[in-house]
Amino acid sequence: MFPATGRTTTDPPRLRAGVLEVRRTGPRLSPRDRRRLWTGLAFVSPWIVGVVVFVVYPVVYSFVVSLTRYSGMNSPDFVGFTNYVSAAVDPLVRTSIGNTLLYAVVAVPCSLLVALVVAIAMNQDLREVRWYRTALYIPSLVPTFALGFIFIVFVNPQFGVVNQVLRVFGAGDVNLLGDPRTIKFVIVAMAQLAAGNAALIFLAGLRAVPPTLYEAARVDGAGPVRQFLSITLPLISPVILFNLITGISSALQIFTEGYVVSAGVSDAVGGPDNGTLFYMLYVYRNAFSYASLGYASALAFLLFVVGVTLSALVYVLSKRFVNYDLDAG
Amino acid sequence: MAVTLPRPTLGSARRDLRARPVRTRRARWTARVVLLVISLAFLAPLYWMVASALKSDTELAAFPPTLWPHELHWENFSAAVQSMPFFTFFRNTVVVTALSVVFAVASNFVVAYGFSCLQWPGRDKVFYVVIATLFIPFPITLIPMFDLYAKLGWINTWAPLVVPSMFASAFYVFLIRQFLLQFPRDVLDAAAIDGANAWRTLWTVVFPQARPALATVAIFAAVGSWNDFMGPLLYLQDQDVQTLSIGIQAYTMTASTEDFQYNQLMAVSFLVILPLVVLFFLFQRYFIRGATVGSFK
Repeated sequence: MFPATGRTTTDPPRLRAGVLEVRRTGPRLSPRDRRRLWTGLAFVSPWIVGVVVFVVYPVVYSFVVSLTRYSGMNSPDFVGFTNYVSAAVDPLVRTSIGNTLLYAVVAVPCSLLVALVVAIAMNQDLREVRWYRTALYIPSLVPTFALGFIFIVFVNPQFGVVNQVLRVFGAGDVNLLGDPRTIKFVIVAMAQLAAGNAALIFLAGLRAVPPTLYEAARVDGAGPVRQFLSITLPLISPVILFNLITGISSALQIFTEGYVVSAGVSDAVGGPDNGTLFYMLYVYRNAFSYASLGYASALAFLLFVVGVTLSALVYVLSKRFVNYDLDAG
Repeated sequence: MAVTLPRPTLGSARRDLRARPVRTRRARWTARVVLLVISLAFLAPLYWMVASALKSDTELAAFPPTLWPHELHWENFSAAVQSMPFFTFFRNTVVVTALSVVFAVASNFVVAYGFSCLQWPGRDKVFYVVIATLFIPFPITLIPMFDLYAKLGWINTWAPLVVPSMFASAFYVFLIRQFLLQFPRDVLDAAAIDGANAWRTLWTVVFPQARPALATVAIFAAVGSWNDFMGPLLYLQDQDVQTLSIGIQAYTMTASTEDFQYNQLMAVSFLVILPLVVLFFLFQRYFIRGATVGSFK
């Protein structure tokens, strides 16, 4: 983990080599190792407590409650897998999954592309690049709910700037927020403004590419496009994968955007006509509007299973592509 | 796909920050123009928000839209602020955010230190578990935590919004750890030889060097807490404990659509964003460095 130069004479080399070698010498730790273990565990104990309270407990609880009919007031009635069967035939579950997938399929590639362009822009060697970095990052600071307000005004059918531009092109009065199909694309456009966060991760990846590679490529006569395709893209593939997975993960959990934008334009949250009823909004509706905590837990648990499957996929893929840098540095 | 690089020290990390040189004058100007266009596209909605906030009702509805307000209607700001308990919401948000940031920085720093500067058996295996939790979808916690907080009597208090930040989170630990891995081992050993224990080393040796990473976490935590929507939506019902996000949201929903003051809504939105922008400018020097140096390899 650290340069070997730091080794002291009292420190046997096998300790430096890491965990595996310690194991090989026998299950019992030396008193010195045991002391180190306890010190280490003490320092990471906040995280251990956090994982138990905020991950293990909720997962177990959700599964148990998903097998019951429970309103939060009564005591839970065990109903077996009824909730899961109901979910399979619930048309609104299908609507919400469709909305969420459509959003993910459109928004995730868009965001990756925008974030990559922004990162490349942030990486230019210009004296004033700090100002551009600030300009490109500041929209990421804007709260989603405030962004929702801005876009409600932006595409307002009476005076919204987008509609007035459309009117110039003879599109007449379009109500982008009133149509369950177009409102999703308004939300996709909204999400692009937060590209700064993913761009920072791309920027880190771009910085890690050794400049000598570009110099060598230039000597060999490779143009900027060729350099980008043959050097930059392959070398930043770990960060692309990271941004892809976190992007999919957060797209599946989209909530605030749908809540705020729909609340601003229709009476029912998730409207118009369930056009912004994303999966999490339906979970929320069941849990806190209909007080069907059992059913909502079943829905949440299904999303959890999808998320864990994705994580497993990341793990498998990361062995091939991503270096989490556990053994070097 | 692992790229093997010379191991960075703190000094070389700073050198890595220099972007790739743009060679020709033409390339430099192309970059400038492209950057300007992208930046303007990103700032346009924010500009529109400020411009709309300063317009009169009639000008807001005018066609074609005016790029710059003819008259600056500053009274939109005061009217907007008076139409709701804005300062109560504001104060509540400041308190919740400040507490969350302090707890998040402290807990994540201590945990990341344990995963990077200390050597203990099994450390890197446990860290794999930290990475794994990075991808666990958060909604699973929604109902169980609500039920737990309700039983604890924490509904309508700030505890559900603040307490979780006392227990480190995977992303921040990851970020700080990557930064601390560049910390020279010799210095840690020297501190140990001088008789400093792990806790003392943490505060007197590592903490002063870790400030860029901690500033980055502070900004992320501040933005996350300031912008939190679902937390207050679930746990805060009374207006006098409510934060800005739900407070303003409730205001937009109660206003009838006929006489709804969009310029006032934009004025309030601007006031919500302003503190974060100021915070960002104060810490900007550290921020991009902390967020990008050594995050990935």
